[in-house]
Amino acid sequence: MTSSDTILKRKRRSLILLLAPFTVMLSVFFLVPLGIMMVYSFLEPGLYGGVEWNWYPYNYGRIIGWPLNDYEEFEPIYLKIFLNSLQIAIMTVIGTFVICYPAAFWVSRMQGAKKNLALFMITLPFFANLLVRIYAWLLLLRPTGFFNTVLQSAGLIIEPLDLLFTNFSVIIGMVYILTPFMFLPIYANVEKLDYSMVRASQDLGANPLQTFRRVILPLTAPGIIGGSVIVFIPALGNFIVPSFLGGSKVQMTGNLIERSFLQSRDWPFGAALALLIMASVVVLVVFQLSRQAKAEARGVS
Amino acid sequence: MSFLKIASAHKAYKTPEGGLIHALDDVSLDVRNNEFLTLLGPSGCGKTTLLKCIAGFEDIDSGEISFEEQSLKGVPAHRRPFNTVFQSYALFPHLSIANNVGYGLDVTGVAKGERNKRVEEALELVGLAGFGSREPKQLSGGQQQRVALARSLVLKPRVLLLDEPLSALDRKMRENMQIELKNLQHSVGITFVFVTHDQEEALAMSDRIAVVANGKVQQLAAPTEIYDEPANEFVANFVGTSNIFSGKVVAKDGALLTIETANQRQVLATSDRFGRGDHVELVLRPEHLKLAPSGNGIPESCIDGTVEASVFVGSDLHLHVDVGKGRTAIVHHRHNRGDDGERIEAGTSVKLYYSPNAAHLIKAIGR
Ligand SMILES: Nc1ncnc2c1ncn2[C@@H]1O[C@H](COP(=O)(O)OP(=O)(O)OP(=O)(O)O)[C@@H](O)[C@H]1O
Ligand SMILES: [Mg+2]
Repeated sequence: MTSSDTILKRKRRSLILLLAPFTVMLSVFFLVPLGIMMVYSFLEPGLYGGVEWNWYPYNYGRIIGWPLNDYEEFEPIYLKIFLNSLQIAIMTVIGTFVICYPAAFWVSRMQGAKKNLALFMITLPFFANLLVRIYAWLLLLRPTGFFNTVLQSAGLIIEPLDLLFTNFSVIIGMVYILTPFMFLPIYANVEKLDYSMVRASQDLGANPLQTFRRVILPLTAPGIIGGSVIVFIPALGNFIVPSFLGGSKVQMTGNLIERSFLQSRDWPFGAALALLIMASVVVLVVFQLSRQAKAEARGVS
Repeated sequence: MSFLKIASAHKAYKTPEGGLIHALDDVSLDVRNNEFLTLLGPSGCGKTTLLKCIAGFEDIDSGEISFEEQSLKGVPAHRRPFNTVFQSYALFPHLSIANNVGYGLDVTGVAKGERNKRVEEALELVGLAGFGSREPKQLSGGQQQRVALARSLVLKPRVLLLDEPLSALDRKMRENMQIELKNLQHSVGITFVFVTHDQEEALAMSDRIAVVANGKVQQLAAPTEIYDEPANEFVANFVGTSNIFSGKVVAKDGALLTIETANQRQVLATSDRFGRGDHVELVLRPEHLKLAPSGNGIPESCIDGTVEASVFVGSDLHLHVDVGKGRTAIVHHRHNRGDDGERIEAGTSVKLYYSPNAAHLIKAIGR
């Protein structure tokens, strides 16, 4: 009944109004489709696409390799593909991190116009079409491509290397397209790193390696974690890079999903796969965040 | 054996426009073992730069810094037996107070038991026992400052460098910390090199003060000497308030000099460093100028003036007295407010006098 009460109420009302568009968008374009997917993943696939409205848990059974009936065999191929996708995604995170972390320090030390130019260069690839950029890597990596030609004419190799259609080529492509996503959060963190912390550490007798491990790394960890999450998620679900640079040899879960939706028109199976990826990402992120929160509460030592 | 010695150190910074700033311009300084030395100077005079050069965060362009006769050239910061208390404290936000204090012990590999014992002792020394598990952001400014102090002291450095450590505190807190710091320095027996731009702080705490301006040491002496016998006009003006009159010695009788000032007035001073014909600056502290009693008993050497303004500052009355030719003298008059005759308002004519012994003479520059 006091005036501060009404102010609070009014504040809450304006907050609700401000958040309304976001909430509507989130529910219409995310939660509703998610619900549909969830329902579909438990339905029987129709013979010619579409679904039969029967309870059917075997979509998930297929993925983890559970045989449908006595005639089918236990076949963990989808699980293997999923584990391979996980491996590629993790390698992509590591690859982008190794490139971006030192680069972030380098750029943050630049002055004025040079710094803006560097930041612009990092976002420059966004201006070209994704398919074109990946196709370029196809040309670079193929047996008669740039790398093999150079290595051969230098006499370092005789036969062209099998660079294309391997996990390696997929990882290269992923690292290439996802680098900016790792760079920006790390850069934001490195940029605001208080250099007097580094001086204090040196002053207290820490050598450069100790200073890095005990001060710089923990203080930039939020940026590293943020970057890792937003690289890991699209890397795990990506299907464009593996379909170009992985060919038929490297399959990722993203390819499976794409294929079951578009080619075999098995929507329930695709939905089950997609939900499984999402679940594993959510588990990983929640795990990481809770660990981080605990570490913060403790005050890492 | 000399302790910490800085010999003709030069350090210039490049400005973005391509010019040079001489942050240190031929600085020589001998820091003695166990002393509390203060670097006092205005903003931008090079105090922090000198501290950084001693700590090893910056290299000097020429000259030498040596410790116990060993040159420190090329010795990185983490190998120097000095520690710094930074102006911003620079506590590690990701570490607890105990781990902040223990940091230096951890990186040098001190055994766990010994480490914990020393951390506890250090926290106790600065009056923060029991705060070990808190985080830096949960402490007040003054407490953070003590943590920074404990973090350095726990390593038992030979020299502790303190860069304006009290400037972020309020006045009361600062005065308490001044006394505590001074006592601490006394009890731990570590050399302190303390930077400040606050002259009262410098006078209150130091064994010796180095007054720095424009990248040069203007005077290095004990606080009383700095105050009573400033080496030049800059020191006289920067440390305390001074009334400075230029003039020429016209007569000498033993140590008693008669000086004729610009407005043809004759004043007295004692000094054995100057003789007839020397051009000098006469420095008079405001508390040495007294109001001559009216009526009889007027001292023979006195200056007439008119009060321009009278400012009440508590125990004293600060008078701005026009002494002719546009010159204003500042007088700190200890007043007795119970007495009716003590009302001194603007426009009152007064006579000022001082004891010739209280006047300090410095050589006039450029003559
Ligand atoms: N990294 C730098 N690059 C260029 N000029 C600098 C740099 N550091 C200091 N200076 C200049 O050198 C001079 C001395 O700086 P310094 O920081 O030593 O001053 P200070 O006496 O500590 O002043 P304050 O009391 O304000 O802290 C200043 O004119 C400053 O602008
Ligand atoms: Mg400074």
